[in-house]
Amino acid sequence: MSSHELKTGPLEYRTQEGQMTILGFWIFLAAEIVLFATLFATYAVLFGRTADSTPPAELFEPGIVLIMTFLLLTSSFTCGLAIHEMRRGSVKGLRNWMIVTLILGLSFLGFEIYEFIHYAHEGATLQSSAFWSAFFTLAGTHGLHVTLGIGWVILLLIQVTKRGLTPRTSRKFFIIGLYWHFLDVVWIFIFTSVYLIGMVV
Amino acid sequence: MKSMKQFFKRGLILLPLSLVLFLSGCSQMAVFDPKGPVAQTQSDLIIYSIILMLFIVVVVFAPFAYFVYKYRDTNPKRKESDYDPHMHGNTMIEIVWTVIPFIIVVALSIPTVETLYELEKPPESEEAATEDTKEPLVVYATAADWKWFFSYPEEDIETVNYLHIPTDRPIEFRLSSADSMAALWIPRLGGQKYAMAGMENTLYLQADEEGVYDGRNSNFNGEGFTKHTFEVYAESEEDYNDWVEQTQNEAPELTQEEYDELLEPGLTTEAEFSSTHLEWVDHGTNDGRDYAVNRHYDLYGELMHLYSDQEAEDFMDEENDDDHESH
Amino acid sequence: MQLDEFFVTGEPLIYAGMVSIVLVSAAILFILTYFKKWGWLWREWLTTVDHKKIGIMYILSALAMLFRGGADALMMRTQLAFPNMNFLNAQHYDEIFTTHGTVMIIFMAMPFLIGLMNVVVPLQIGARDVAFPYLNALSFWSFLFGAMLFNISFVIGGSPDAGWTSYTPLAGAAMSPGPGQNFYLMGLQLSGIGTLASGINFMVTILKMRAPGMKMFQMPIFTWSTLITSFIIVFAFPILTVALALMTLDRIFGAQFFTLTGEGMPMMWANLFWMWGHPEVYIVILPAFGIFSEVISTFARKQLFGYKAMVWAIILIAGLSFLVWVHHFFTMGAGAFVNSVFSISTMLIAVPTGVKIFNWLGTLYKSRINNTVAMMWSLAFIPSFVIGGVTGVMLGMASADYQFHNSYFLVAHFHYVLIAGTVFACFAGLVFWYPKMFGHKLNERLGRWSFWFFVIGFHVCFFPQYFAGLDGMPRRVFTIIPEWMPLNIISTVGAFGMGVGFAIFCYTIVYSYRYSERETSGDSWDDGRTLEWATPTPIPFYNFATVPHVDSQDAYVKLKEEGKTTFEEDELEPIHMPSNTGQPIIFMAFLAIASFGLVFEWMWMAIAGLLAGIVMMVIRSFDYDEGYHVEVDEIKRTERSARGL
Repeated sequence: MSSHELKTGPLEYRTQEGQMTILGFWIFLAAEIVLFATLFATYAVLFGRTADSTPPAELFEPGIVLIMTFLLLTSSFTCGLAIHEMRRGSVKGLRNWMIVTLILGLSFLGFEIYEFIHYAHEGATLQSSAFWSAFFTLAGTHGLHVTLGIGWVILLLIQVTKRGLTPRTSRKFFIIGLYWHFLDVVWIFIFTSVYLIGMVV
Repeated sequence: MKSMKQFFKRGLILLPLSLVLFLSGCSQMAVFDPKGPVAQTQSDLIIYSIILMLFIVVVVFAPFAYFVYKYRDTNPKRKESDYDPHMHGNTMIEIVWTVIPFIIVVALSIPTVETLYELEKPPESEEAATEDTKEPLVVYATAADWKWFFSYPEEDIETVNYLHIPTDRPIEFRLSSADSMAALWIPRLGGQKYAMAGMENTLYLQADEEGVYDGRNSNFNGEGFTKHTFEVYAESEEDYNDWVEQTQNEAPELTQEEYDELLEPGLTTEAEFSSTHLEWVDHGTNDGRDYAVNRHYDLYGELMHLYSDQEAEDFMDEENDDDHESH
Repeated sequence: MQLDEFFVTGEPLIYAGMVSIVLVSAAILFILTYFKKWGWLWREWLTTVDHKKIGIMYILSALAMLFRGGADALMMRTQLAFPNMNFLNAQHYDEIFTTHGTVMIIFMAMPFLIGLMNVVVPLQIGARDVAFPYLNALSFWSFLFGAMLFNISFVIGGSPDAGWTSYTPLAGAAMSPGPGQNFYLMGLQLSGIGTLASGINFMVTILKMRAPGMKMFQMPIFTWSTLITSFIIVFAFPILTVALALMTLDRIFGAQFFTLTGEGMPMMWANLFWMWGHPEVYIVILPAFGIFSEVISTFARKQLFGYKAMVWAIILIAGLSFLVWVHHFFTMGAGAFVNSVFSISTMLIAVPTGVKIFNWLGTLYKSRINNTVAMMWSLAFIPSFVIGGVTGVMLGMASADYQFHNSYFLVAHFHYVLIAGTVFACFAGLVFWYPKMFGHKLNERLGRWSFWFFVIGFHVCFFPQYFAGLDGMPRRVFTIIPEWMPLNIISTVGAFGMGVGFAIFCYTIVYSYRYSERETSGDSWDDGRTLEWATPTPIPFYNFATVPHVDSQDAYVKLKEEGKTTFEEDELEPIHMPSNTGQPIIFMAFLAIASFGLVFEWMWMAIAGLLAGIVMMVIRSFDYDEGYHVEVDEIKRTERSARGL
């Protein structure tokens, strides 16, 4: 429980608490990788087990998924810019880029909700078959993570407005940056191994 | 306390000994009382492993007992040289006790893998090898909550909760389940395999001796699990053929309606039919996997209030009463 | 829902359970109110973030769970003693073996070990708390509420009855309708959050908070085993989280993962469950190995033999633990090749385990064995565990496993490894570190009595079960046939012997609280080797007034040689400590309410509980509490009184 603070280096790494929290979050992300890996494995095992419901090739459309991918990839980039601004000490830059990230994330979510509703109208729901259960759970878990991330960013924006950049606020932003990039990586896997393969097979 | 300690130590030494004693009386134990080539192979493998394991037990127990006895602080015969607090390891001996277990693992792996491949084929008993090898008898064994159906597709007969098999001929069980996962286990004829809905497992067994053997579901599948048993009648080829003919002639045909009723979760008595349910459903296929659940979805949750001394007959009677009430 | 559906009715044993729950709760409430202890309880325990107190709460809860699981076991053994017993009917028996298994693994073994880790690990590495004290409290409360939720099922709603493995389709909505199985899912899910958090917490603590100079290969072996266990937790528990979530979706929201309809795949549950479940058994055995190593080297008064080999063996076992899960269902029909691969990987675990056994023997060689109760538990472990180990290798031989699987041979095997391994370790560890936790030792004379009853009872109970299994007795049958009676009677007698041993152990705790001498020295056994013994007893809440510089294994041995202590007055500085907080318990209480709602499929309750949980997370996010500093004067006062200076 050392409270010694370094005088140089990135703000978020200056206290031992900051270093430990960031390491802890990396380990948490390792656990998240296992979680998503299990969901991907489940999806792979249940792939093709559509019973009497609509097969994915008839529902998956490249257009909307490409837009979603573009939105999330860009949001990851703007999130990186926000952290870059934070390192430069600019609260304003951080805040603006984070808000852009938020908007991109929200639009991603909007498209995903639209997509799910569309599938439901076409008769593919969580209850339809093993395949659709696995699909909605995998994509839904990712969507839920994005939702939580958005709520979390809003909380942090309030905090940084109130307190400015301190070792603690910058640590928090750094961590949500990690989290956001992680979700982006997961989405790339969903895009390729779920949507692209689902469209072809 | 001292005498107790001695007792404990002696007890530890006696433990492997008692194992040997137990084993000498093991001809009564089902697994060591094989009545066919599959069970024989497995019994041989188990005894081989037990011998190696007893070796390990002795190798550990002997120095353990000796060290605990000799190096206790209260030992009146302690010498100065008996204590070396800074000893931290010895590379040579550590390599030795890593390599030896490894060799034992290899010694166990080879027969294990060999047997594994052997078990996937019909057993070849030594006598049969000289004669012309018999084709395996195919029996579809289907588990349902909590009864067994045995369908003989070639003979076109089906039995419930018992089966007849000829001796000296491999039996090819095609295992599946109408609902929950079960396992077909006849310890005296050989090990088990799972019976699952929507999947077919093949299990080869064979009886060399005539007799009645206990078989059961060994995989827990709900309230009636304990009573989910059946009898295997192993008999000579002639007797078996007589039984087949008699069943074909005398037993009623199995109708789908009656079969569906039999599938209702619950206990049921032995029965036999001169046709098989394979005509309309094979639970081992993807199409047959939800046959029972679709029909009896709401019945699985009902409790039987099963006590240990109750038999299938009690529940058959109750069921009949219930039928009267509801109709 | 009718009230008589809500409460379990019709079973005299359960009515007795209800009455005793009401009486005990009333008594506790009365005592707390009468002696005006509510404030004390809240300030000192419910809101604490001190790793030592959290550890103690873990251990006390685990002992309560051991009592519950043990009571289940005795009921089962009573039912199985004779053929045609009608003490329990089939349904009740199914519920009892399900809760016995789940409680013992999830709510007894793991919390007990995590409790010991909590108390000991920060002390062993010279840290003043774990890395995330708030998260640590959260872990504990998630475990406790998960355990309560699971345990309440036997009076409210009905217990789960599909076995602790909960194989589908049996455990699915069709074949196990009602709240029982939901209790299993939600209880495990809730406590799983805490376990994962503990794993992360200990990893960061051990990697980042070691005393200055302490290298990885100078860490005490129990700390090593905790670190590796934490790795396993982090990589295994998310699999359980997903498996439980998928089954919850199946049962409550109509998904088709493990169902027979909709092309679901019931076998996938077995795979997911054991991909977590096999590493899980190493989660409960590796810390046990660590405890035995500490106890044996302390009371053999000798350095641990082959320290590096011991560490590498732990790492190797942890790695292999992820590659053997199929051996739990060799009989599923995966084919000879798959079974061969998993058979060999399973047997390979015997090699590093054998190395550990021989290293313990090496530690005993040329030692001076001080036969304390803690040491007796550790010594009894070696031969008992070897029996469990060699039968484990036998089970690993897939082609022989076709005969062992689902039989009492298997039951005997895993009780031999889990009791001789984990339970003996819990007793050994508790007795060993008891003076550090409570300021007095457990009475040794009574301890010996409980030891002998338990250990002899254990062998009498489980050794015959190997033979019952070889005679074709399957596990989970609720009644036996006459052929199996002799072995089962012996087994039941042994089980009650263990019960007596446990009762004596509990009495020892009460007796020692009243009569044992209070500790004056920090080095309670005089032979302490690691830093926890360098602290005074009772341990100050900040653990170390000054953290020593470490440059060798067995750091305290060296400190003693050099005549140094953890109270070097000229090096004192103010110590930063975290503040107590009521947030973890409130947060987890809300999640428990949400889980309870899900169990009964009362969505309004589930959503309300979840929302309240989110509010708690928001509050936490805005919580900028910096903790506080303990001033040098206060440290001096505390240390002087604790050290009797």
